[in-house]
Amino acid sequence: MNKAKTGRAKVALSKPSEGASGLTGLWRLRRPVIDPAKCTKCHLCWLYCPEGAIARGADGAVWMIYEYCKGCGICSEVCPSKSISLVKEG
Amino acid sequence: MITLKDLPVEEYYLPGNAACSGCASALSTRIALKILGPKTIVVIPACCASVIQGYYPKSPSKVPIMNTAFAATAATASGIVAGLEVKGRKGITVMGWAGDGGTADIGIQALSGAAERNEDFIYICYDNEAYMNTGTQSSSATPRGAKTTTAVMGKGERKKDVPEIMIAHDLPYVATACAAYPLDFAEKVSKAMKLKGLKYIHLLSPCPPGWRFPTEKMVEVGKAAVMTGAWILYEWEGGKYTLTGPSKGLIDKAKRRPLKEYLAMQGRFSKIPEAEVEALQRDVDSKWEAMKKKLGA
Repeated sequence: MNKAKTGRAKVALSKPSEGASGLTGLWRLRRPVIDPAKCTKCHLCWLYCPEGAIARGADGAVWMIYEYCKGCGICSEVCPSKSISLVKEG
Repeated sequence: MITLKDLPVEEYYLPGNAACSGCASALSTRIALKILGPKTIVVIPACCASVIQGYYPKSPSKVPIMNTAFAATAATASGIVAGLEVKGRKGITVMGWAGDGGTADIGIQALSGAAERNEDFIYICYDNEAYMNTGTQSSSATPRGAKTTTAVMGKGERKKDVPEIMIAHDLPYVATACAAYPLDFAEKVSKAMKLKGLKYIHLLSPCPPGWRFPTEKMVEVGKAAVMTGAWILYEWEGGKYTLTGPSKGLIDKAKRRPLKEYLAMQGRFSKIPEAEVEALQRDVDSKWEAMKKKLGA
Protein backbone atom coordinates (compact mmCIF):
# COMPACT_ATOMS: atom_id res chain seq x y z
CA MET A 1 0.00 0.00 0.00
CA ASN A 2 1.28 3.48 -0.87
CA LYS A 3 1.17 6.23 1.69
CA ALA A 4 -0.55 9.29 0.24
CA LYS A 5 0.51 12.81 1.29
CA THR A 6 -2.25 12.98 3.89
CA GLY A 7 -0.68 10.09 5.72
CA ARG A 8 -3.67 7.87 5.05
CA ALA A 9 -3.10 4.51 3.45
CA LYS A 10 -4.32 4.16 -0.13
CA VAL A 11 -6.63 1.22 -0.50
CA ALA A 12 -7.11 -0.63 -3.77
CA LEU A 13 -10.78 0.18 -4.35
CA SER A 14 -12.53 -0.77 -7.56
CA LYS A 15 -14.59 1.98 -9.19
CA PRO A 16 -18.02 1.31 -10.71
CA SER A 17 -17.81 1.00 -14.45
CA GLU A 18 -19.54 -0.73 -17.32
CA GLY A 19 -17.56 -3.59 -18.77
CA ALA A 20 -15.80 -4.59 -15.54
CA SER A 21 -14.94 -7.83 -17.33
CA GLY A 22 -14.32 -6.35 -20.75
CA LEU A 23 -16.62 -6.34 -23.75
CA THR A 24 -18.73 -9.33 -22.75
CA GLY A 25 -20.67 -9.01 -26.01
CA LEU A 26 -17.78 -10.94 -27.57
CA TRP A 27 -19.02 -14.08 -25.72
CA ARG A 28 -22.24 -13.99 -27.72
CA LEU A 29 -23.11 -16.80 -30.12
CA ARG A 30 -26.61 -15.54 -30.99
CA ARG A 31 -27.65 -11.92 -31.38
CA PRO A 32 -31.13 -10.85 -30.18
CA VAL A 33 -32.77 -8.53 -32.71
CA ILE A 34 -35.90 -6.51 -31.85
CA ASP A 35 -38.57 -5.90 -34.46
CA PRO A 36 -39.81 -2.41 -33.45
CA ALA A 37 -43.02 -2.86 -35.45
CA LYS A 38 -44.08 -5.83 -33.28
CA CYS A 39 -42.76 -4.50 -29.93
CA THR A 40 -45.57 -3.50 -27.54
CA LYS A 41 -43.15 -1.73 -25.14
CA CYS A 42 -44.16 -3.97 -22.23
CA HIS A 43 -40.54 -3.95 -20.94
CA LEU A 44 -40.55 -7.61 -19.86
CA CYS A 45 -37.25 -8.11 -21.72
CA TRP A 46 -35.78 -5.18 -19.78
CA LEU A 47 -37.02 -6.72 -16.51
CA TYR A 48 -35.64 -10.19 -17.19
CA CYS A 49 -32.28 -9.29 -18.79
CA PRO A 50 -29.71 -10.71 -16.32
CA GLU A 51 -27.07 -8.36 -17.66
CA GLY A 52 -29.02 -5.11 -17.67
CA ALA A 53 -27.96 -4.90 -21.32
CA ILE A 54 -31.35 -3.71 -22.57
CA ALA A 55 -31.81 0.07 -22.51
CA ARG A 56 -35.10 1.96 -22.27
CA GLY A 57 -35.76 5.26 -24.00
CA ALA A 58 -38.01 8.03 -22.72
CA ASP A 59 -40.66 7.04 -25.29
CA GLY A 60 -40.65 3.45 -23.99
CA ALA A 61 -38.64 2.01 -26.87
CA VAL A 62 -36.07 -0.65 -25.95
CA TRP A 63 -32.76 -1.51 -27.58
CA MET A 64 -29.89 -3.90 -26.92
CA ILE A 65 -26.49 -2.82 -25.70
CA TYR A 66 -24.57 -5.16 -27.99
CA GLU A 67 -21.19 -4.36 -26.40
CA TYR A 68 -22.28 -6.29 -23.30
CA CYS A 69 -25.21 -8.55 -24.33
CA LYS A 70 -24.02 -12.13 -23.76
CA GLY A 71 -26.71 -13.58 -26.00
CA CYS A 72 -28.45 -15.77 -23.41
CA GLY A 73 -31.76 -15.41 -25.29
CA ILE A 74 -33.97 -14.92 -22.21
CA CYS A 75 -35.42 -11.72 -23.75
CA SER A 76 -36.68 -13.61 -26.78
CA GLU A 77 -38.24 -16.31 -24.52
CA VAL A 78 -40.10 -13.88 -22.25
CA CYS A 79 -41.30 -11.56 -25.04
CA PRO A 80 -45.11 -11.95 -25.20
CA SER A 81 -45.37 -10.50 -28.72
CA LYS A 82 -42.48 -12.63 -30.08
CA SER A 83 -40.76 -9.51 -31.41
CA ILE A 84 -37.22 -10.57 -30.45
CA SER A 85 -35.52 -13.12 -32.69
CA LEU A 86 -32.14 -14.74 -32.18
CA VAL A 87 -29.77 -14.47 -35.14
CA LYS A 88 -26.60 -16.54 -35.33
CA GLU A 89 -23.46 -14.42 -34.97
CA GLY A 90 -20.64 -14.34 -37.52
CA MET B 1 -47.77 -4.43 -4.77
CA ILE B 2 -44.69 -3.70 -6.85
CA THR B 3 -45.18 -3.51 -10.60
CA LEU B 4 -42.68 -3.18 -13.41
CA LYS B 5 -43.30 0.58 -13.50
CA ASP B 6 -42.17 0.96 -9.86
CA LEU B 7 -38.66 -0.30 -10.62
CA PRO B 8 -36.22 2.55 -11.31
CA VAL B 9 -34.68 2.69 -14.78
CA GLU B 10 -31.26 3.36 -13.26
CA GLU B 11 -29.00 0.31 -13.04
CA TYR B 12 -26.97 -0.21 -9.85
CA TYR B 13 -25.36 -3.36 -11.21
CA LEU B 14 -23.79 -2.47 -14.53
CA PRO B 15 -23.58 -4.56 -17.71
CA GLY B 16 -20.30 -6.14 -18.75
CA ASN B 17 -19.80 -8.10 -15.52
CA ALA B 18 -18.35 -11.60 -15.35
CA ALA B 19 -21.61 -13.49 -14.77
CA CYS B 20 -22.32 -16.47 -17.02
CA SER B 21 -24.77 -15.97 -19.84
CA GLY B 22 -28.32 -16.35 -18.46
CA CYS B 23 -27.26 -16.04 -14.79
CA ALA B 24 -30.20 -15.83 -12.39
CA SER B 25 -28.02 -14.48 -9.59
CA ALA B 26 -26.92 -11.49 -11.70
CA LEU B 27 -30.57 -10.82 -12.58
CA SER B 28 -31.63 -10.96 -8.93
CA THR B 29 -28.76 -8.71 -7.79
CA ARG B 30 -29.93 -6.17 -10.36
CA ILE B 31 -33.53 -6.35 -9.12
CA ALA B 32 -32.62 -6.29 -5.40
CA LEU B 33 -30.37 -3.23 -5.82
CA LYS B 34 -33.10 -1.43 -7.80
CA ILE B 35 -35.32 -1.81 -4.73
CA LEU B 36 -32.67 -1.10 -2.07
CA GLY B 37 -31.24 1.90 -3.93
CA PRO B 38 -27.86 3.60 -3.68
CA LYS B 39 -27.79 3.77 0.13
CA THR B 40 -26.87 0.10 0.49
CA ILE B 41 -23.79 -1.81 1.57
CA VAL B 42 -23.50 -5.35 0.24
CA VAL B 43 -21.51 -8.11 1.91
CA ILE B 44 -20.45 -10.99 -0.32
CA PRO B 45 -18.49 -14.09 0.72
CA ALA B 46 -16.64 -16.44 -1.62
CA CYS B 47 -19.32 -17.46 -4.13
CA CYS B 48 -20.40 -16.84 -7.72
CA ALA B 49 -21.31 -13.26 -6.79
CA SER B 50 -17.70 -12.51 -5.85
CA VAL B 51 -16.55 -13.80 -9.24
CA ILE B 52 -19.23 -11.77 -11.06
CA GLN B 53 -17.63 -8.53 -9.84
CA GLY B 54 -14.75 -8.98 -12.27
CA TYR B 55 -11.28 -7.68 -11.51
CA TYR B 56 -9.57 -4.52 -10.21
CA PRO B 57 -9.74 -1.56 -10.99
CA LYS B 58 -13.33 -1.83 -12.21
CA SER B 59 -16.46 -3.08 -10.46
CA PRO B 60 -19.96 -3.52 -11.93
CA SER B 61 -21.58 -2.36 -8.68
CA LYS B 62 -22.55 1.25 -8.00
CA VAL B 63 -22.99 0.44 -4.30
CA PRO B 64 -20.08 -0.51 -2.02
CA ILE B 65 -19.38 -4.22 -1.75
CA MET B 66 -17.40 -5.80 1.05
CA ASN B 67 -15.90 -9.12 0.02
CA THR B 68 -15.36 -11.36 2.99
CA ALA B 69 -14.34 -14.90 3.96
CA PHE B 70 -16.60 -17.82 3.11
CA ALA B 71 -17.93 -18.36 6.65
CA ALA B 72 -18.23 -14.71 7.62
CA THR B 73 -21.09 -13.08 5.66
CA ALA B 74 -23.43 -12.61 8.63
CA ALA B 75 -20.55 -11.76 11.02
CA THR B 76 -19.21 -9.08 8.63
CA ALA B 77 -22.68 -7.65 8.07
CA SER B 78 -23.19 -7.50 11.87
CA GLY B 79 -19.91 -5.59 12.16
CA ILE B 80 -20.91 -3.11 9.48
CA VAL B 81 -24.28 -2.54 11.16
CA ALA B 82 -22.52 -1.92 14.50
CA GLY B 83 -20.03 0.44 12.82
CA LEU B 84 -22.80 2.46 11.18
CA GLU B 85 -24.59 2.71 14.52
CA VAL B 86 -21.49 3.97 16.34
CA LYS B 87 -20.88 6.56 13.61
CA GLY B 88 -24.52 7.65 13.79
CA ARG B 89 -25.14 6.92 10.12
CA LYS B 90 -28.82 6.29 9.51
CA GLY B 91 -30.87 5.13 6.54
CA ILE B 92 -28.25 2.73 5.16
CA THR B 93 -29.36 -0.82 4.38
CA VAL B 94 -26.87 -3.64 4.85
CA MET B 95 -27.44 -6.72 2.73
CA GLY B 96 -25.65 -10.05 2.94
CA TRP B 97 -25.69 -11.82 -0.43
CA ALA B 98 -24.39 -15.38 -0.19
CA GLY B 99 -24.71 -18.59 -2.12
CA ASP B 100 -26.18 -21.83 -0.82
CA GLY B 101 -22.75 -23.19 0.11
CA GLY B 102 -21.93 -20.02 2.04
CA THR B 103 -25.31 -20.22 3.79
CA ALA B 104 -26.36 -23.84 4.30
CA ASP B 105 -22.87 -25.33 4.77
CA ILE B 106 -20.06 -22.94 5.59
CA GLY B 107 -21.75 -19.76 6.80
CA ILE B 108 -24.54 -21.23 8.91
CA GLN B 109 -22.91 -20.70 12.31
CA ALA B 110 -22.27 -16.99 11.67
CA LEU B 111 -25.81 -16.66 10.31
CA SER B 112 -27.29 -18.48 13.31
CA GLY B 113 -25.30 -16.23 15.65
CA ALA B 114 -26.49 -13.08 13.88
CA ALA B 115 -30.06 -14.43 13.95
CA GLU B 116 -29.82 -15.01 17.70
CA ARG B 117 -28.67 -11.42 18.21
CA ASN B 118 -31.30 -10.27 15.68
CA GLU B 119 -28.85 -7.94 13.90
CA ASP B 120 -30.42 -5.33 11.65
CA PHE B 121 -29.64 -6.45 8.08
CA ILE B 122 -31.12 -8.36 5.15
CA TYR B 123 -29.61 -11.74 4.39
CA ILE B 124 -30.34 -13.14 0.94
CA CYS B 125 -29.23 -16.64 0.05
CA TYR B 126 -29.29 -17.15 -3.72
CA ASP B 127 -29.60 -20.89 -3.96
CA ASN B 128 -28.24 -22.42 -7.16
CA GLU B 129 -28.15 -25.78 -5.39
CA ALA B 130 -24.39 -26.52 -5.60
CA TYR B 131 -20.95 -24.88 -5.46
CA MET B 132 -21.24 -23.49 -8.97
CA ASN B 133 -18.21 -21.24 -9.46
CA THR B 134 -15.77 -23.99 -8.49
CA GLY B 135 -17.38 -26.52 -10.83
CA THR B 136 -20.71 -27.83 -9.50
CA GLN B 137 -19.74 -29.69 -6.33
CA SER B 138 -22.64 -30.84 -4.12
CA SER B 139 -23.72 -28.65 -1.23
CA SER B 140 -26.24 -29.49 1.47
CA ALA B 141 -28.77 -27.50 -0.59
CA THR B 142 -28.37 -29.77 -3.63
CA PRO B 143 -31.61 -31.71 -4.11
CA ARG B 144 -31.75 -35.49 -3.97
CA GLY B 145 -31.09 -37.18 -7.30
CA ALA B 146 -29.19 -34.26 -8.89
CA LYS B 147 -25.86 -35.12 -10.49
CA THR B 148 -22.90 -32.99 -9.51
CA THR B 149 -19.17 -33.47 -10.01
CA THR B 150 -18.92 -34.92 -6.48
CA ALA B 151 -22.07 -37.04 -6.82
CA VAL B 152 -21.80 -38.41 -10.33
CA MET B 153 -24.59 -40.96 -9.79
CA GLY B 154 -26.88 -38.33 -8.26
CA LYS B 155 -26.92 -37.04 -4.69
CA GLY B 156 -28.44 -39.44 -2.15
CA GLU B 157 -29.41 -37.00 0.58
CA ARG B 158 -32.32 -34.58 0.74
CA LYS B 159 -32.01 -30.80 0.36
CA LYS B 160 -31.50 -28.96 3.63
CA ASP B 161 -34.48 -26.72 4.42
CA VAL B 162 -32.65 -23.52 5.41
CA PRO B 163 -35.73 -21.20 5.50
CA GLU B 164 -37.25 -23.51 8.14
CA ILE B 165 -34.01 -23.34 10.15
CA MET B 166 -34.22 -19.56 10.02
CA ILE B 167 -37.90 -19.62 11.02
CA ALA B 168 -36.86 -21.64 14.09
CA HIS B 169 -34.69 -18.63 15.07
CA ASP B 170 -37.90 -16.58 15.30
CA LEU B 171 -36.78 -13.80 12.97
CA PRO B 172 -38.95 -10.77 12.08
CA TYR B 173 -39.25 -11.92 8.45
CA VAL B 174 -38.40 -15.05 6.47
CA ALA B 175 -39.39 -15.60 2.84
CA THR B 176 -38.62 -17.78 -0.14
CA ALA B 177 -38.46 -16.43 -3.68
CA CYS B 178 -37.55 -17.57 -7.17
CA ALA B 179 -35.47 -15.64 -9.71
CA ALA B 180 -38.06 -16.42 -12.41
CA TYR B 181 -40.53 -14.18 -10.54
CA PRO B 182 -38.52 -10.95 -10.14
CA LEU B 183 -41.49 -8.81 -9.10
CA ASP B 184 -42.45 -11.24 -6.32
CA PHE B 185 -38.81 -11.14 -5.17
CA ALA B 186 -38.76 -7.33 -5.39
CA GLU B 187 -41.89 -7.19 -3.24
CA LYS B 188 -40.22 -9.34 -0.56
CA VAL B 189 -37.01 -7.28 -0.61
CA SER B 190 -38.97 -4.05 -0.22
CA LYS B 191 -40.95 -5.56 2.67
CA ALA B 192 -37.71 -6.74 4.35
CA MET B 193 -36.15 -3.31 3.89
CA LYS B 194 -38.84 -1.65 6.02
CA LEU B 195 -38.51 -4.07 8.96
CA LYS B 196 -35.96 -3.96 11.78
CA GLY B 197 -33.88 -6.98 12.73
CA LEU B 198 -32.55 -9.84 10.62
CA LYS B 199 -34.61 -10.54 7.53
CA TYR B 200 -33.89 -13.73 5.62
CA ILE B 201 -34.86 -14.39 1.98
CA HIS B 202 -34.06 -17.71 0.31
CA LEU B 203 -33.98 -17.23 -3.46
CA LEU B 204 -34.00 -20.18 -5.84
CA SER B 205 -31.60 -19.24 -8.62
CA PRO B 206 -31.62 -21.57 -11.66
CA CYS B 207 -28.08 -22.00 -13.02
CA PRO B 208 -27.78 -22.87 -16.74
CA PRO B 209 -24.26 -24.40 -16.67
CA GLY B 210 -24.70 -26.18 -13.33
CA TRP B 211 -28.22 -27.53 -13.83
CA ARG B 212 -27.39 -28.19 -17.48
CA PHE B 213 -30.10 -26.50 -19.51
CA PRO B 214 -29.90 -23.93 -22.36
CA THR B 215 -29.35 -20.34 -21.15
CA GLU B 216 -32.62 -19.02 -22.65
CA LYS B 217 -34.65 -21.51 -20.55
CA MET B 218 -33.66 -19.96 -17.20
CA VAL B 219 -37.03 -18.32 -16.60
CA GLU B 220 -38.94 -21.36 -17.83
CA VAL B 221 -37.03 -23.72 -15.49
CA GLY B 222 -37.55 -21.37 -12.53
CA LYS B 223 -41.27 -21.16 -13.27
CA ALA B 224 -41.45 -24.97 -13.60
CA ALA B 225 -39.83 -25.34 -10.15
CA VAL B 226 -42.69 -23.30 -8.69
CA MET B 227 -45.54 -24.70 -10.82
CA THR B 228 -44.60 -28.34 -10.09
CA GLY B 229 -44.48 -27.51 -6.39
CA ALA B 230 -40.80 -28.41 -6.01
CA TRP B 231 -40.21 -24.87 -4.74
CA ILE B 232 -42.86 -23.19 -2.57
CA LEU B 233 -43.08 -19.39 -2.51
CA TYR B 234 -44.06 -18.22 0.95
CA GLU B 235 -43.55 -15.58 3.58
CA TRP B 236 -43.30 -16.09 7.31
CA GLU B 237 -44.03 -13.16 9.57
CA GLY B 238 -44.99 -13.16 13.23
CA GLY B 239 -45.50 -16.93 13.37
CA LYS B 240 -47.80 -16.92 10.34
CA TYR B 241 -47.15 -18.51 6.96
CA THR B 242 -48.57 -16.93 3.78
CA LEU B 243 -48.21 -18.37 0.30
CA THR B 244 -47.33 -15.80 -2.37
CA GLY B 245 -47.43 -15.56 -6.15
CA PRO B 246 -48.40 -18.65 -8.14
CA SER B 247 -47.88 -20.95 -5.11
CA LYS B 248 -51.17 -19.60 -3.71
CA GLY B 249 -53.14 -21.68 -6.18
CA LEU B 250 -51.15 -24.90 -5.79
CA ILE B 251 -52.36 -26.28 -2.43
CA ASP B 252 -54.58 -28.73 -4.29
CA LYS B 253 -52.39 -31.50 -5.74
CA ALA B 254 -54.38 -31.61 -8.98
CA LYS B 255 -53.34 -28.01 -9.75
CA ARG B 256 -49.63 -28.83 -9.57
CA ARG B 257 -47.82 -30.01 -12.68
CA PRO B 258 -46.06 -33.40 -12.35
CA LEU B 259 -42.51 -33.09 -11.02
CA LYS B 260 -41.27 -35.13 -13.99
CA GLU B 261 -41.69 -32.06 -16.25
CA TYR B 262 -39.32 -30.02 -14.09
CA LEU B 263 -36.73 -32.81 -13.89
CA ALA B 264 -36.83 -33.48 -17.64
CA MET B 265 -35.77 -29.88 -18.39
CA GLN B 266 -32.43 -30.29 -16.64
CA GLY B 267 -29.37 -32.32 -17.58
CA ARG B 268 -28.46 -32.86 -13.93
CA PHE B 269 -31.49 -35.16 -13.61
CA SER B 270 -30.83 -37.02 -16.88
CA LYS B 271 -31.26 -40.81 -16.80
CA ILE B 272 -32.78 -40.62 -13.33
CA PRO B 273 -34.52 -43.97 -12.52
CA GLU B 274 -38.32 -43.99 -12.56
CA ALA B 275 -38.47 -45.17 -8.92
CA GLU B 276 -36.35 -42.18 -7.89
CA VAL B 277 -38.70 -39.78 -9.73
CA GLU B 278 -41.63 -41.26 -7.82
CA ALA B 279 -39.76 -40.91 -4.53
CA LEU B 280 -39.00 -37.25 -5.33
CA GLN B 281 -42.67 -36.67 -6.24
CA ARG B 282 -43.67 -38.16 -2.86
CA ASP B 283 -41.19 -35.79 -1.16
CA VAL B 284 -42.84 -32.81 -2.89
CA ASP B 285 -46.33 -34.00 -1.91
CA SER B 286 -45.39 -34.54 1.73
CA LYS B 287 -43.76 -31.10 1.79
CA TRP B 288 -47.06 -29.61 0.63
CA GLU B 289 -49.00 -31.65 3.20
CA ALA B 290 -46.73 -30.21 5.91
CA MET B 291 -47.23 -26.74 4.43
CA LYS B 292 -51.01 -27.21 4.49
CA LYS B 293 -50.81 -27.93 8.24
CA LYS B 294 -48.62 -24.88 8.81
CA LEU B 295 -51.10 -22.71 6.93
CA GLY B 296 -53.91 -24.16 9.03
CA ALA B 297 -55.87 -24.91 5.87
